Amino acid sequence: MSVAEAPLLMVSEVSRAFGGLKALEGVSFAVPRGVIKAVIGPNGAGKTTLFHLISGFLKPDRGRILFQGQEIQGRPAHAVAALGIARTFQLVQLFDHMTVLENVMVGRHRLSRAGLLAGALHLPWTRREEAAIREQAYGALELVGLSSRAAQPAGFLPLGLKRLLEIARALASEPTLLLLDEPASGLDQAETERLGELILTLKARGLTLLLVEHDMSLTMEVADEIAVLNYGRLIAEGPPRAIQRHPEVIAAYLGSDWQE
Amino acid sequence: MRGARLALWGGFALVLALLPLGWRNDYYLSLLNFIGIHTILVVGLNLLMGYAGQISLGHAAFFGVGAYTSGILTATYGVNPWLALVAGLALAAGLAFLIGVPALKLRGYYLAMATLGFGVIVYIFFVQAQRFTGGPSGLSGIPALSLPGFTFHTPLRLYGLIWTATLGILALSAGLVDSRLGRALRALHDSEVAAESLGIHTQRLKLLIFVWSALYASLAGSLYAHTLNFVAPSSFDIMFSIKLVTMVVVGGMASIWGSLLGAGVLTVLPELLVVFHDFEVVLFGAILMVVMIFLPRGLVRGLLDLWEYRHFRRESGGVSG
Repeated sequence: MSVAEAPLLMVSEVSRAFGGLKALEGVSFAVPRGVIKAVIGPNGAGKTTLFHLISGFLKPDRGRILFQGQEIQGRPAHAVAALGIARTFQLVQLFDHMTVLENVMVGRHRLSRAGLLAGALHLPWTRREEAAIREQAYGALELVGLSSRAAQPAGFLPLGLKRLLEIARALASEPTLLLLDEPASGLDQAETERLGELILTLKARGLTLLLVEHDMSLTMEVADEIAVLNYGRLIAEGPPRAIQRHPEVIAAYLGSDWQE
Repeated sequence: MRGARLALWGGFALVLALLPLGWRNDYYLSLLNFIGIHTILVVGLNLLMGYAGQISLGHAAFFGVGAYTSGILTATYGVNPWLALVAGLALAAGLAFLIGVPALKLRGYYLAMATLGFGVIVYIFFVQAQRFTGGPSGLSGIPALSLPGFTFHTPLRLYGLIWTATLGILALSAGLVDSRLGRALRALHDSEVAAESLGIHTQRLKLLIFVWSALYASLAGSLYAHTLNFVAPSSFDIMFSIKLVTMVVVGGMASIWGSLLGAGVLTVLPELLVVFHDFEVVLFGAILMVVMIFLPRGLVRGLLDLWEYRHFRRESGGVSG
């Protein structure tokens, strides 16, 4: 298999327990390049644990996680981010006391290099780097439609815009893979639709996305592939239409009256 | 924006330059000199506390390391004062690194306790290592700093030296805050997980700023030793560490100018309150309480927050978080 055909992310037989609780058991799946993959499952199914394992906030007890053919399991979060995996959080994690633009500028951290003294002295090259950071951050804000809020402190934004800002900040780091942890939770319908459009725009730009989501209509609309977790195990995987009809999925998660 | 900032700095430098002209009183100049030394300490601690969100209750120790290194090397061994100053910086940075590696893995109260413990150990060393430090009665005979043909031995000359250093440190710190790593520091303060998720090595960054702020403290310590020509352990005890934290908090967390204000107010205030004799401490405490109750993020930050709150709440039509 050539590198181009190999999946961008491979999760292989990954397990993780918290004390006696097996949050994930032998989970394997792959995320091919350029697709939107969704992980769904009832509360407590292990979705967020899975995200933490991929992004380096937790270490798996067993199993391997390969990103672009490299083993990344157990590496610290900042090292995983440095490889080009960006993420958002279920409970939005913004830098509340910084402006909207500054939040996104932090996203450029891994792609810029001014050190302590060079940065503090505002040398000509660091000034140029700063200008570039500012411009690229502004571009990411425009992409999500937040550029008019650039100068506001992030803590004052309403939740819907906070989620968009978190995505803009992740995008500013030019990730190869973007992990979205329940991006629609707390959003109203109009906001969710806008989010869906944004996700499809990002895919069209060549980004690979993995999302954990509760909002079924959003998931079915944007996802190319869906993986279903229940009690820490993968019970089904496939395109949305197949998942909708999968009997085990319906029983475990959607309820028998869900099918339209 | 850039022009306005340069004008602000230029104006500040001008005020500093003109101040001694109308105010040639040695007592006032000495007071200003101590404000300058305290400002250097407080700016460094503010980078660590106000910006990066990591508390240190042992900062007086780094101040003491600078002061004693300068004092011992020059008074006892006759080393060039400028070389001694550099030696102090190196020693403080090395110590900060050694302490920081384990201590900065801790958070909140635990980090406070660890740095407090470090402060106590260094203080005890100053008291006990009599052969080098002179013990509780202190070390005297520290020469003044000098350039070829010019000695910094009067309050006015020291004023020029200290405030040049202070101005440089303030400008350097303002530049740092407004840079890539400055943003990373503030990011780390608000959300460590989000900072990590964007590729910021938070542990290394904390260590870097801890060492950096220890350098400021050591520089202030060397200036202090050559200003007083005498050092004693009581200047570097836990109470002084706490006083530095108070200066950061009162002046304004995460504010460079707030550091100057905090150092200024809390250096001058005890002098003014002397007239109240026994009530000095009570009034001092009461003023701190009032500031903390009404402006918990300090004078400068607190007023800025109030303005932001009013301004942006109106604009976004609602507040969340």
